[in-house]
Amino acid sequence: MVIEPESEEPGSSLWSDARHRLFKNKLAVFGGITVLLIGLVCLLGPLVISYRESDQNLQIAGQAPSAAHWMGTDNLGRDLFVRVLKGGQISMLVGLCATAVSLTIGVLYGTISGYFGGKLDAVMMRFVEIMYAMPFAIFVVLLMVFFGKNFVLLFVAIGAVEWLTMARIIRGQVLSLRQQEFIEAAIALGLPKHRIIFRHLIPNVMGTVIVYATLTIPSVMLLEGVLSFLGLGIQPPRSSWGVLIQEGATAIEEYPWQLLFPAIFFSLTLFSLNFFGDGLRDALDPRASKD
Amino acid sequence: MPLLDVRHLTTAFHTRAGIVRAVNDVSFTLEKGETLGLVGESGSGKSVACYSLMGLVPQPPGRIESGTALFDGLDLLHNDPTRLRSIRGKRISMIFQEPMTSLNPYLRIGDQLIEPLLIHEKIDRKTAVARGIAALEEVGIQDAAKRMKSYPHEFSGGMRQRVVIAMALITQPEILIADEPTTALDVTIQAQILELIRSLQKSKGMAVIFVTHDLGIVSNFCDRVLVMYAGRVVETGAVRDIFYQPQHPYNRALQKSIPALQPKGKELYTIPGAPPSLTQLPPGCPFAPRCEFVVEKCRETPVPLLETRPGHSSACLRVQQGELQLS
Repeated sequence: MVIEPESEEPGSSLWSDARHRLFKNKLAVFGGITVLLIGLVCLLGPLVISYRESDQNLQIAGQAPSAAHWMGTDNLGRDLFVRVLKGGQISMLVGLCATAVSLTIGVLYGTISGYFGGKLDAVMMRFVEIMYAMPFAIFVVLLMVFFGKNFVLLFVAIGAVEWLTMARIIRGQVLSLRQQEFIEAAIALGLPKHRIIFRHLIPNVMGTVIVYATLTIPSVMLLEGVLSFLGLGIQPPRSSWGVLIQEGATAIEEYPWQLLFPAIFFSLTLFSLNFFGDGLRDALDPRASKD
Repeated sequence: MPLLDVRHLTTAFHTRAGIVRAVNDVSFTLEKGETLGLVGESGSGKSVACYSLMGLVPQPPGRIESGTALFDGLDLLHNDPTRLRSIRGKRISMIFQEPMTSLNPYLRIGDQLIEPLLIHEKIDRKTAVARGIAALEEVGIQDAAKRMKSYPHEFSGGMRQRVVIAMALITQPEILIADEPTTALDVTIQAQILELIRSLQKSKGMAVIFVTHDLGIVSNFCDRVLVMYAGRVVETGAVRDIFYQPQHPYNRALQKSIPALQPKGKELYTIPGAPPSLTQLPPGCPFAPRCEFVVEKCRETPVPLLETRPGHSSACLRVQQGELQLS
């Protein structure tokens, strides 16, 4: 056991322990660093490259990778490297924000529903089912029609769909946790409800949340690609990995690199996120520690 | 005035099969420093009675249909939640049956232990930690300062139950409700835990409600006993009287069912039949279908709990009418 300094805040113990365990997991650290690096490159790269993502030059359309264009050019003669990096900004932003939004809503919603139970639970879960029944595409089209093609709406639309499953999973977990004696003990100790929820229930579902989050991020990134393909997401000339992969897939026979490079970035990010997520889950479970 | 005065407590659960009155018109008092044993089979309502007092009955499906539980002039069954929270965990504490699940696996022992102090006494963390260490030492945990940093899974069952006890007693409650605190532990640990509760009770003048189905524990741990059957109190009295002067056939049958350390070959005594379904209670005495002394009038009307000897009450019609001598 590592003895933490005496001055730590109440409630921080789980997190400081988790940090310690996370840093000992090489694969997770590697994954985290890779994601950070890709993020940094995507963020800073476009500043140093002399092309812009919207610069078209039909004379160099469909060129293979070269010294001038490291990843070649696309059908309109745009530099693919800068497009992959700019696209990465968008994909990562969408992936992280939409996942964060959906997890926050899902965890709170599921915890409240499961903890209070009874009629409230029934009403809340019926609402989830109604939301499930909404066809996603129609829902997004409606949003776009009402509020215009706004980038933020993409988060809202994706978040609004992805939290449903999370809420259900968490509710199930909380239902079984609520039966455990330590929750009864917490009630018997006279703890207020918010303290029981935030200090006793939510940390206990964190493992599930993290695993599900690592699954949500890639699906959200793909969803963004689908939406963009339908013309509902990212608008040209802006790009995202989803858009680039789809464009690349149509040109796979003539210009394979147009698919290859965005796909490499995309997969590398997802792999690293999964390693990181796995490590995080283990780190958050005190029973998993070997020391 | 008694410390706790419970009157006509009835707790029901609404199930598909009908209304289950898990606790049916239960009354008892608890004096300062006294140990009251709650005895009965599984499903007799002893745990639900305690849960009702602690506000742990899930509502719905549960409902407290009637009754009052006066503690220091305050009704524990009908009051606003904030007020009750300031009593629970501070002046009345509870320990649970299963030490393996009554601690949060995600919180360090120390953090859980001092939680009631931080909530109820508004003291700073440093003082609370110091008191937490003292509390762990009091329940016999070695190296307490270091153990405060451990997680529950690093403790054995007996050690965890010690932590749970330390947690329940850290605010120096006036009443401790112990719901089968030793059932999940092996016999040697059981004795240690009982001895621990007893010595802490003496030094703090605390009253204990001890829920158990182990009559052996009752006989050398409790001052008074409440025998419950099918949600009702069938007999109550001082512990000596309960054992030497049983006033209800159920109590007598329970005592006969204790397996003694005796030569092999002798068949164990069992009470014939099974406890009645709480949705279909017989109109008369609930024990009548299994009772060896049953007569027709037992089955007809409910039997109230009446004093049959000084300080000793029974809900057996035939004992009340002097027809039956059980000792």
